[in-house]
Amino acid sequence: MFAWLNQIVQVSWMNLKNIPQRLGTSLVIVVGIAGVVGVLTAILSMGAGFRATLGKAGYEDRAIVMRNGATSELSSGLSREQADVISGAPGIRRDATGKPIVAAELLVIADLPKASTGTLANAAVRGVRPGAFLLRPEVKIAQGRLFTFGTREVIVGKQAATQFDGLKLGSRIAFRDSDWTVVGIFEAGGSVNESELWADAEVVQSAYRRNGFQSVSVALENASALTTFKDALTTDPRLQVKVSTMKQYFATQSEMISKLINVLGYTVGLIMAIGAVFGALNTMYAAISTRSREIATLRAIGFGAMPVVISVLLEALLLALIGGAIGAVLAYLLFNGYTAATLGSNFSQVAFDFRVTPALMGQGMMLALAIGLIGGFLPAWHAARLPVATALRAE
Amino acid sequence: MKYFSLIWASLFRKKARTILTLLSIVVAFMLFGLLQAVNQAFNGGADAADADRMITNSKYSIIDMLPISYQAQIAAVPGVKAVAFASWFGGSYQDKPARFGVFPVVPDEYLGIAPELQVSKETHAAWNATRTGAVVGESLAKQMNWKVGDKVPLVADIWPQKDGSLTWTFDIVGTFHNTKDQANGDSALLFRYDYFDEARQYGKGSIGWFLVKVDDRLRAESVGKAIDAQFGNSAHATKTQTEQAFAQGFAKQFGDIALIVSAILGSVFFTILVLTGNTMSQALRERIPELGILKTLGFSNRAVWWLVLLESLLLAMLGAALGLLLATAAIGAMKDALSGFGITRIGWSVIAEGLVFAFLLGVLVGLAPALKAMRLKIVDALNA
Repeated sequence: MFAWLNQIVQVSWMNLKNIPQRLGTSLVIVVGIAGVVGVLTAILSMGAGFRATLGKAGYEDRAIVMRNGATSELSSGLSREQADVISGAPGIRRDATGKPIVAAELLVIADLPKASTGTLANAAVRGVRPGAFLLRPEVKIAQGRLFTFGTREVIVGKQAATQFDGLKLGSRIAFRDSDWTVVGIFEAGGSVNESELWADAEVVQSAYRRNGFQSVSVALENASALTTFKDALTTDPRLQVKVSTMKQYFATQSEMISKLINVLGYTVGLIMAIGAVFGALNTMYAAISTRSREIATLRAIGFGAMPVVISVLLEALLLALIGGAIGAVLAYLLFNGYTAATLGSNFSQVAFDFRVTPALMGQGMMLALAIGLIGGFLPAWHAARLPVATALRAE
Repeated sequence: MKYFSLIWASLFRKKARTILTLLSIVVAFMLFGLLQAVNQAFNGGADAADADRMITNSKYSIIDMLPISYQAQIAAVPGVKAVAFASWFGGSYQDKPARFGVFPVVPDEYLGIAPELQVSKETHAAWNATRTGAVVGESLAKQMNWKVGDKVPLVADIWPQKDGSLTWTFDIVGTFHNTKDQANGDSALLFRYDYFDEARQYGKGSIGWFLVKVDDRLRAESVGKAIDAQFGNSAHATKTQTEQAFAQGFAKQFGDIALIVSAILGSVFFTILVLTGNTMSQALRERIPELGILKTLGFSNRAVWWLVLLESLLLAMLGAALGLLLATAAIGAMKDALSGFGITRIGWSVIAEGLVFAFLLGVLVGLAPALKAMRLKIVDALNA
């Protein structure tokens, strides 16, 4: 047993030592696999970032009420009366003064110039009442101050401030028939709210000539109060609404884009992996054919077939591992934290940061090893079965 | 072409290596095809846009509606030939947000202004005769397996009916063919505006956007300005732009993702090409003694140059053709998952572009070895 292990170590060490002589072909494996892992990780990190941004607002002890059939806040609509009925439902947590924590809100769109393209893009404008801040304690003014209720002042989410032109502190936005002033920049714990503009609900209603709201969000007493709250609303004949936790709501909102990114990422990753397997096969066959005499000599002086197989596999795996690591690290360095924006399901710009997570990098390394294993196995098998006598005579 | 079999034979001198190299090229071009299809979908619409058609919508945002009374006023602006309108219905089909456009329109007006939507005379007549009638794009009908006479229920998200019910049922009266279907131009369901306006709970008399056909496309801009000037001081100010500008502006809203995807895939495509080129030129180098023999037999320097170059060209073009073919098949297979994003097929321009890249690859990879082969001295080559 020890002798066998010793053989493996000897042959493998010899192989690895002369990789530098075969640098060109070995690079094919390394670069090919680095490409696969890098691209797969980068694409999936985009999906992970988008999900994370929407997921950050996905609290289980907050519920959002929208009209039945609505697929997002934008397509929903609730009247003032309905909003009042919802505020009176059981299961809602109360603030220090004993009032239920309820946020009846508008979500509308404003056309503003996007900084990266200079063309108009849809910015989400949320009309809020004081309850919005009680509901979302994570919302903090980072610069400036809160808008004064009843005036044409807005506060701008951190991401919206960089994604759009002219949303700096103190800027005036010519917006519908008058000027609005940016009086503050807010943070919201990295959630999707940071891509929005917030203003007083009543002022937004008058600017958009609307009476009602899009959604009513509430803080629940606890996660299990959802059923009480939901049952009260769905059995109320005055309402035709659907109730979901913020977690459910945002999971549905990110589903479509996540799905596209995942389909794209895994399809591209798979195709590239297949390409990399061909590259690895080519390299390892070339490695063996240049060394067929050497292998035959080893066999002739008593080395077993298995150590030869294992040494070839080890070489392929080592090259794959190096390639995979390079790809994963490159993806991390180039893309982690990169901010992008796209149209979310409220038909407005959502900014998010790419997230190259350890899980994604690990997944990439596993793929690299799989490619190395597949690409190394056939050539290794081939090497072990080289007829010793013929191979020794080879030029 | 008499040397084809010679080129073919030398190409497959080392079968395993050539096949593996070929497959790498196939993969690279398959990726290229897929990437370009995605790219085209994101920048799509612009190709399908009609140059003498403009879109008038609210100046403020896409969610603001316009009064239908504007139609007559726009039609009276000098230079305007015809005006039609449509609105966004949205809705869900089978519990999922509809992945196709659903628009209430006035059949005669809309089909008149959009001649690229072709319906048969019978369908047109049936649509005019059926208040709840709807026409759907050919490929959408196929995908959903809808037949003439089917009742299709859509659940409204924005537009409940007067009685509070959410389900709108449409009778499919026929299909239309979109002659300009560049991306997903026929993935739509059109139904009648009179049915929509009569049954909707609120917003009566308001519509989403006007399609304006102008007499002279060169004067489109000034006509657009005249339209907007007319409503500038009203409660519903408008913004008029060509269909192309509208489509491009919309595509830019997705912008970042399209840019990132193409940047990533573009770099990978070139990595694979460089690696493949490395392998191919190495394979050619190994054959130097054989080239010496060819020259001994009387092949001219120029002939050897051609043989080597054509071999690499053949490999590259063959790989590219197979790869693009595979990409087309892959898009077809994933149609359901992707069509919602406008990715339905690979255009001819992408195929042509791919073949040009393949040609360049073949030349680049083959050039150095071919030159070397041409300049070989027979004695040295045979000695190698």
